[in-house]
Amino acid sequence: MSINRRDFIKISGLTGAALMLGITAKAKIVKAGASDVELNAWISIDTTGKVTIINHRAEMGQGSFQAVPQIIAEELEVNLNDVKIVFGVGNEKKYGSQITGGSSTVRGSYKHLGQMGASAREMLKEAAAKKWGVDKSTCYAENGFIIHKPTGKKFNYGELVDDASKLELPTNIALKKPEDYKILRKPMPRQDTPLKTNGAAIFGLDKKLPGMLYAVVERNTRFLGKVKSFDDTETKKIPGVKHVFKIKMGVFSTTREGVAIVADNLWSAMQGRKALKVEWDDSGFVFHDTAQLYAKMEEDLKTKEGLSARTKGNPTHALEKAEKKIEAVYSTPYESHSSMEPLNCIANVTDDACEIWGPIQAPGWVQDDLVNVLKMPREKITVNMTFLGGGFGRKAFTDYTQEAALISKEIKGPVQVVWTREDDTNQGPWRPGMMYRIEASLQQNGRIDAYKFRMAGQNMDHQWPGADKESYNGSTTEGFLEPYYEKFSQYSFADIPLESPIPVMWWRSVYSSTNGFAYESFMDECAAAAGKDPLEYRRMHLGGMDRYLAVIDKLEQVSGWKSRKKNEGYGVAITECFSSIVGEVVKVSKRPEGGVKVDKVWAVMDCGWYVNPDIIKAQVEGSIIMALGAATKHATTFKDGKAVEQNFNTYKMPRIQDTPEIEVYNMDNDEPAGGVGEPGLPPLTPALTNAIFDLTGKRIRTLPFELEKV
Amino acid sequence: MATYNLTINDKSYSVEADAKMPLLWAIRDLAGLTGTKYGCGIAQCGACTVHLNGNPIRSCSIPVSAAATGKITTIEGVSEDNTHVVQQAWIQEQVPQCGYCQSGQIMSAVALLKKNPQPTDKDIDNAMGGNICRCGTYPRVRKAIKTASKMMAAKASVK
Repeated sequence: MSINRRDFIKISGLTGAALMLGITAKAKIVKAGASDVELNAWISIDTTGKVTIINHRAEMGQGSFQAVPQIIAEELEVNLNDVKIVFGVGNEKKYGSQITGGSSTVRGSYKHLGQMGASAREMLKEAAAKKWGVDKSTCYAENGFIIHKPTGKKFNYGELVDDASKLELPTNIALKKPEDYKILRKPMPRQDTPLKTNGAAIFGLDKKLPGMLYAVVERNTRFLGKVKSFDDTETKKIPGVKHVFKIKMGVFSTTREGVAIVADNLWSAMQGRKALKVEWDDSGFVFHDTAQLYAKMEEDLKTKEGLSARTKGNPTHALEKAEKKIEAVYSTPYESHSSMEPLNCIANVTDDACEIWGPIQAPGWVQDDLVNVLKMPREKITVNMTFLGGGFGRKAFTDYTQEAALISKEIKGPVQVVWTREDDTNQGPWRPGMMYRIEASLQQNGRIDAYKFRMAGQNMDHQWPGADKESYNGSTTEGFLEPYYEKFSQYSFADIPLESPIPVMWWRSVYSSTNGFAYESFMDECAAAAGKDPLEYRRMHLGGMDRYLAVIDKLEQVSGWKSRKKNEGYGVAITECFSSIVGEVVKVSKRPEGGVKVDKVWAVMDCGWYVNPDIIKAQVEGSIIMALGAATKHATTFKDGKAVEQNFNTYKMPRIQDTPEIEVYNMDNDEPAGGVGEPGLPPLTPALTNAIFDLTGKRIRTLPFELEKV
Repeated sequence: MATYNLTINDKSYSVEADAKMPLLWAIRDLAGLTGTKYGCGIAQCGACTVHLNGNPIRSCSIPVSAAATGKITTIEGVSEDNTHVVQQAWIQEQVPQCGYCQSGQIMSAVALLKKNPQPTDKDIDNAMGGNICRCGTYPRVRKAIKTASKMMAAKASVK
């Protein structure tokens, strides 16, 4: 059976770009090298049997480097330790979307990746059966061999690849059942671990090209600020400095201006930058201090109804008439991504081509952007991925890659542009600050009756040129548990976008990272008003929804919720985002010297079909610690139209001594795969502040707060 | 500019550098050893931790001239083939996520265990508190240090 584009749509269930895969596969086999045979876009096997599997997604700590090959290897029937894993170059025609965001790598393509492994295996089986002149059904695959069951004869995959490559690609192969998995769902050690314990992993900052120069950029740190003029007399005296020039680049709908200093080594470029004198043009500048921003949001929440996300009945009217009404306002700060590897990018732009290397979450978007900026055809723009020293959403943005390309174009050669930690902290884009106002009325039995939710803050989708600012964008209110809605007699959810030139961007778990705090703090406030146990109260609103109730049951059991002691505060929260449900319980106690400490966190993750339980555990641990930082350690504030925090001395990170004991449990089921890298983050903060309420009676509604001062 | 003969991982490197250049950049850009990372430049994050005469230091905040007569050890000098007990423990406990801070974490842990083979949780907090990990691998860092400590004790008892 030959395969056409439409067939591939049917079997893959993926969106447009990925389907080209079918065409790659239909061309059967691309000879990748003298002895390498590429069985499809992800798998190549050489004639000695060495298997190479491509990871087409960014590896920024979340484990795709292991997860993608783990899925393919299961169906291909090879030992994962014998497989070489390499990064795929940015090529959406070949791999489909390579944008690593929205916790999408596994959930977006696991069935398709499984098919890739299975179809290659079936081709090898068929090739072996033909060689032996036996029926294919008498052959099976194991550990890189095709074995003829009745005789025990075997072929190494390498002996079969040439023949296999001449066969049609089989489709619609039934994938293995979980009970037959040998690799999937096992805590397979990550293959990138040894590279990260001896300094061998190459991150963007470690990549070097022959003849490459280094650049740093003195950028105007005031939003919408420009360069009026600069004096580079002293800069040019620094040995090694080669070029100094003004640079202007796009940041969403606005521009950013600065002066690039290019030298033959990074230290010289940094020294040259120190010696540079710039006169900035801040005309048209508007003050945007933190206090003003939040005052505006607070005002909006009092006076505006916002863009409606969903409505049932007329909760405003119902709330006016209600006897028992609860209302609360919550506030969350702007946050910096602050990956440990500061932004950096290498570009080599020539007259007719551009090549990029760097820590990049979205190679396809880098291509899109550079097609525009360089006026070059897409196929002339190559984007190579290195390991990412963290990403969290920031490295899906294309400002730093565009800047590198513009500098390379100017100097006509390869250059690495390095952001200092200060640049990385004071330029944004940030997670937007948010304010929330939630109102509800309760029924006699304590259950929520009418519910009205509004959020005010910058809308991340409104920054792009041509954005529709008049209607709800579809994701702003995410993070809420769907089954809760059905228990409310009437409700409304709306967002009130705030206009500001501050660039904002997805930060790990996006809107859910702050929405979860508002939603689940408020559930707790309602539980307290109703005089109900917080876990029991959530059960009341999840009646009949087994998957959610199972998470609650598990949390209750592992945390010892019912047997907690008098001097311990327990708090719970449960959120849903990127198709995964996560519940967390936090235990706090009073510190003898004042304030509270976080003793322990129990997390229950239900991400449905999954790949590697140890990576899930690691991701939830990391999400909890990142959330703890945003709740209790750091925030970006603004004064005179600039960010105040510049480095880790003022933008303070959680450290090992701030880390509580963490236990993670993964629900074992076959629901559709959900995300893993982000959903563990949103429930932590409300579970923590709910625990503090349980212990002290104090309700924390504004983040960040200091544990020591509670 | 001056010439410095740096001893890194028992090898000699002759580098031309400005006396004020931080050791970090001499190690990375002049000696070409990129396992040591830049994180903050102000000794706040520990990503650049190396050993100078056996003691952990933040190489971003010490000039190359001050390290020229000492013995420098970087992550590459701990072992290139992951045979050091701390690297083994790091792999066993699957500590790294993005991995960027891990060279610094390992350098701090190696120094701790050398001085104190059986550290308490408090000792671990004190020795590792200067190393930031944005991915949040701290629970595993702690576990791996304890695992390495046990591995060391087991080795010692065999001897």
